[in-house]
Amino acid sequence: MRTWPSAGRVSQLSSTDTTTDSAAENEAVVETDVAREAVLAELTERLGAAVLGSHIRPGDDLWVRVDRSAWRDAAEAAKSMGFTFFDYVSAIDWLPSPFGRDMDAQEDLVVSGAEPKAPAPIVQGYAGGDTRFQVIARLYNIATATGIHFKADVPDDDLSLPTWTSVFAGANWHERETREMFGITFDGHPNLINMYLPTDFQGFPLRKDFPLLARRVRPWPGIVDVEPMPGVADSEEGEAE
Amino acid sequence: MTAVSDPSQLSDLVAEATDTRVNLDFESEGMTLNMGPQHPATHGTLRIVAKLDGEQVISAEPICGYMHRGYEKIVEVRTYPQINALINRIDWLGSFANEVPFILAAEKLMGVEAPPRAQWIRTILFEMSRVANISLFLGDFGLQLGGMTAGFYAFRDREHVLNMIESATGGRFHPNFDRIGGLKDDLPKGWIADSHVAMDKLLAFCDEMEDLLVGNEIFQSRTRGIGVIPAEIALNYGLSGANLRASGVDWDLRRDGCPPGLVYDQADWKVWTHPDGDCFARTWVRLQETREAAKIVKQLLDTIPAGPVMAKVPRIIKVPEGEAYVATENPLGEMGYYIASKGDLVPFRVKIRSASFNNISIVPWVARGAYVPDLISILGSLYFILGDIDR
Repeated sequence: MRTWPSAGRVSQLSSTDTTTDSAAENEAVVETDVAREAVLAELTERLGAAVLGSHIRPGDDLWVRVDRSAWRDAAEAAKSMGFTFFDYVSAIDWLPSPFGRDMDAQEDLVVSGAEPKAPAPIVQGYAGGDTRFQVIARLYNIATATGIHFKADVPDDDLSLPTWTSVFAGANWHERETREMFGITFDGHPNLINMYLPTDFQGFPLRKDFPLLARRVRPWPGIVDVEPMPGVADSEEGEAE
Repeated sequence: MTAVSDPSQLSDLVAEATDTRVNLDFESEGMTLNMGPQHPATHGTLRIVAKLDGEQVISAEPICGYMHRGYEKIVEVRTYPQINALINRIDWLGSFANEVPFILAAEKLMGVEAPPRAQWIRTILFEMSRVANISLFLGDFGLQLGGMTAGFYAFRDREHVLNMIESATGGRFHPNFDRIGGLKDDLPKGWIADSHVAMDKLLAFCDEMEDLLVGNEIFQSRTRGIGVIPAEIALNYGLSGANLRASGVDWDLRRDGCPPGLVYDQADWKVWTHPDGDCFARTWVRLQETREAAKIVKQLLDTIPAGPVMAKVPRIIKVPEGEAYVATENPLGEMGYYIASKGDLVPFRVKIRSASFNNISIVPWVARGAYVPDLISILGSLYFILGDIDR
């Protein structure tokens, strides 16, 4: 057998394992992640006040939220730190779907007789944020097998960011996709044309307020799925057999 | 791998490398060649608009979107088990491999881990998908370059793997077998012995391909020195999988940064790299990978632990609030899912990072200065699945 770091580890994985061991394993995992703390410290040193927030899940991943004026600097800093592999650029629209928390169409609400729900507040994910749209990107360091998720707030009145294409050529297509799906433009991008959609397409499909028409005309199939099985108590804690 | 620390320096390097490949002294009026969307070398419906000067490609721009199915939108209104059935259709030649990173990401958010037996079978089926996928690549690439026989052999021998996948999961192409917390079912009786036989046949197929295709003089002259991608450029474009390893970058997500839930550390295998970075290197690395995958399967088949294949999970899957990104080494390269959950039945946002999207974005760079027949070699050896680009 080849000996990689995890080789020979006895996995206490299944639910039939004793709980004491898994609890001990969990505690071992929760300790601080020295390597990712060091990456974060170096990034903070290079970017200064532009690092607005961060989140580390020990042994797993690192999220860094930077000011959008420092978006390109963040890529350059990370690249010179060895994060040379470009993974992806995309965006998240944190607006809770106006079509209901579960994407219930207004038609469903009429059928079920429910009142339309009040809009929920916008809650951003890891590393915080202030705006509805956040651009997210990931870079990877092959030597140390660690990745960084970068996030940047993009205010509604000026949906733009500096482009990464001069740092990572692969960002070209990803930024085009983000532009057509979310309407976020990338300043300095050489060729910001549509990737998938027809050139005269109206709207930005991945925004939460863009209705999914197939969804609007039919009741949500998921509603059928969450009905309790016959003879089973209507409890969400029902266990698999 | 040369280290370029200053990003502006790199763009100069890219421009310089690009321009020396095109002789502009004899620039003619030029002509635009439309390749696809129905070209056999496009594995689906990709269109390439190539501007030619004589036989030389001045610029080639892939046009995608002929098969865009909007997965990232539709998964926001589908429950996790439903999504699992959908994402089978991303890379349709290695479907099971699409399910695994998504399930692992959901499991990570839920804090669930599959029992050891399920992890073993997952890894075995994952590698079987790789064998099925790449064996077809070898045949198909041969077909594109004029070696018809290779195509027939590949279709014949891929059937052995598909039969095993079918008998275990019920689906030849779209297993939909992975579940949060384990697998749908245990293996059928006699499956392990049959799989050994199938993998032996595939190992023989690899030897056959090595003689028939990779060792063929015509094949080599069509691929050697064509479409060279240096490691620096490959990383910069986010190339992954065999395309990256063929440029000499020794990185495989199965070995480095393998997500918990797959048991690659339980088998003895090797990551192959090739220093050349040309079309031949990409084919050669894939051929070796098929062999290694078959070896991994054979080793893991002998060591499957007994036990359940499903952990205890709630019947109604609600994934707790949080974000997670899990990527695995799929047949085409790094495939990852970024799940942002709000604690609902449905994910709030799923970003699908598919390998082919990055792999094919290098075409404008690598095709510049190539000759028209070489364009086929380049496209074929980069190996993309349209469903994996357009999602």
